Amino acid sequence: MGSANRYTRAQMAARVARDIPEGAYVNLGIGLPTTVANYLPSDREIILQSENGLLGMGPAPDKEHEDPELINAGKQPVTLLTGGAYFHHADSFAMMRGGHLDFCVLGAFQVSVRGDLANWHTGAPDAIPAVGGAMDLAIGAKNVYVMMEHLTKAGESKIVRECTYPVTGLQCVSRIFTDLAVIDVLPGGLRVVEIVDGLPFDELQRLTGVPLAAPAPSRGR
Amino acid sequence: MIDKIFGSVIEAVADVHDGATVMIGGFGTAGMPSELIDALVAQGARDLTIVNNNAGNGETGVAALLKARRVRKIICSFPRQVDSYVFDALYRAGEIELELVPQGNLAERIRAAGAGIGAFFTPTAYGTLLAEAKETREICGRNYVLEYPIPADFALIKADRGDRWGNLVYRKTARNFGPVMATAAKCTIAQVSEIVPLGVLDPEAIVTPGIFVRRVVEVGRGSAAARKVAEA
Repeated sequence: MGSANRYTRAQMAARVARDIPEGAYVNLGIGLPTTVANYLPSDREIILQSENGLLGMGPAPDKEHEDPELINAGKQPVTLLTGGAYFHHADSFAMMRGGHLDFCVLGAFQVSVRGDLANWHTGAPDAIPAVGGAMDLAIGAKNVYVMMEHLTKAGESKIVRECTYPVTGLQCVSRIFTDLAVIDVLPGGLRVVEIVDGLPFDELQRLTGVPLAAPAPSRGR
Repeated sequence: MIDKIFGSVIEAVADVHDGATVMIGGFGTAGMPSELIDALVAQGARDLTIVNNNAGNGETGVAALLKARRVRKIICSFPRQVDSYVFDALYRAGEIELELVPQGNLAERIRAAGAGIGAFFTPTAYGTLLAEAKETREICGRNYVLEYPIPADFALIKADRGDRWGNLVYRKTARNFGPVMATAAKCTIAQVSEIVPLGVLDPEAIVTPGIFVRRVVEVGRGSAAARKVAEA
């Protein structure tokens, strides 16, 4: 286990991977979400999409097999699995916007109680804004999973009533995976699915600030 | 006889005029037509509007064009990268205009220009800073933003192989924006690693039909990066 009552980043990635079913088409965002690929169960056929024109993305190659023309969205060398395909950018984003992608996994600065996502821009006056495919993924994938630390370094909840950072998309997040809990965003509000071992629900509620519904009792472990 | 083959990259970009809008293919350096960009730097056209996914890496390619102060405005989705220091400095100094466009909207606006679409409603960016002051509409219960096409005077793209009719095939993820940009410019110039005789490219597998391409120039696989590609 990680440090007291927290999932490690590896455990978070493994937890997200557990919720991706056989046959899913999935886009993993840059950074922490990319590591989910390392934990996808080998007995499931799951197809990874990369925004730069790739379906059936495989793991990083050995140094000697790196190809500068076979890269992922983070511009790192990858491989193509048997059965994979290349396509151009308009097709790639049609896969997202057109609702063909089953899941995307994204990092976030904040998620609101309604599932608004903020993950592209701090809004700081000196920051150079860059958006890439974040807004297309946020509103395009059928299920938007967010992976983030539950609290900021200052101890404030990143799950908020209203996003204070510029939003990426409105009411688009379906499930939040943090180092403390797994939480569903439902029309009626947030419902906790799981809490890290040893953390009482009341304490999670206190740290989070916005109203949470307790997990169903049958899910206890 | 149709022959779109140009003898050199210098000749291929000779008529790019000051103030032109120039699309440049590539996602990072994959698919970036570096030899055509170098020729454009040497040619000297200035006050350009560049359409690219990024805003240059290091000091080569798109970054070289920026460094030479030839670019007035850049339309892109992801300017900020670890090695985008040339753009960063120009932007902070207020010496380049940035139009930031979500990547899918960028691709679709380019596609729309090439397909003769006047404008389109997209759900991407609805309710965000990047849709401020734009027209919106609710269609079947979903909110959309009106976006307009991005046409260009020139498109500089990189393909793997081409023929004298301008038919192109690409290589792996270097394809990215090439096929859509090819449709959206008055004059599309493709640099290819290899020119092949008409009929060699499988008609079932041609990605960009020659109607979208005006000029084809062979650059070989001469650079270190290109050699690495050929050997991979």
